[in-house]
Amino acid sequence: MGKLTIGCFSSLVGSLSLDFSVKLAEAAVKKGHTVDYWMSGNATMLAKKGQKAFKDYSFVSKTIQELIATGKFQITACEACAEARGYHKEDCPDGFKRFSMDWYLASTFDADRVLHIGGD
Amino acid sequence: MATKKLLFVVRALPYKTEASRLALTHAIASQSVEIYLKDGDLVEASIAFIGDGVMNCLKNQQAMKHYGITSIEGHMKNTLLLDMKVMICKEDLDKFGIKEDALLMDAEDIGGETNAQIVPFSEIQKEMESVDHLLFC
Repeated sequence: MGKLTIGCFSSLVGSLSLDFSVKLAEAAVKKGHTVDYWMSGNATMLAKKGQKAFKDYSFVSKTIQELIATGKFQITACEACAEARGYHKEDCPDGFKRFSMDWYLASTFDADRVLHIGGD
Repeated sequence: MATKKLLFVVRALPYKTEASRLALTHAIASQSVEIYLKDGDLVEASIAFIGDGVMNCLKNQQAMKHYGITSIEGHMKNTLLLDMKVMICKEDLDKFGIKEDALLMDAEDIGGETNAQIVPFSEIQKEMESVDHLLFC
């Protein structure tokens, strides 16, 4: 089984690119792969707890929690990007990590594939 | 001991979104990646500006004056100071009518010794084929 590293800059709700990347992570984990998921820029919105499901907006928090529970999925937010947006450590959902950008680059080192979604 | 090569390919306009800035700051983060890796292992980042992304390379940016934030030009200087490979697509510069003297090509004023390179897209493509991972921004 392989390791996939996914990086995303796209915002929660404002862009479905982030939803796509979460679905891809889910599919990879279901196949037995491990996934490192990195959020920078507006994607750090995903690292804010208390999100509610509405039918008009995408809602991936539940999927993320299920993925974390598998033990094959790590999710990390860019600390500076989050702090700049007012998302602090105490706002982070359970199981989420916060590091600086070098965590993401280090994750690419032993990744079999890297998928980077670098736009909004 | 191994080195993994990454290429950030910047297509985004400066300041319209955060993408080009994040590409540069992520590339710069390769300098401190060793703390997560085994001794001798490295991640080496390079950057290519293509399409609208070449606009990021214009010099005399006034981001601090107009937005109160550091300029992308400043981040570009840091990449050159760190001896990262920075490529700018010649054909895309030609399309916009941008000449070399309008671009930030070096970081001599802060002690940098590496210059940005204006190269045909074919060279950027070769670089894309030679790296381990491509990151489009």
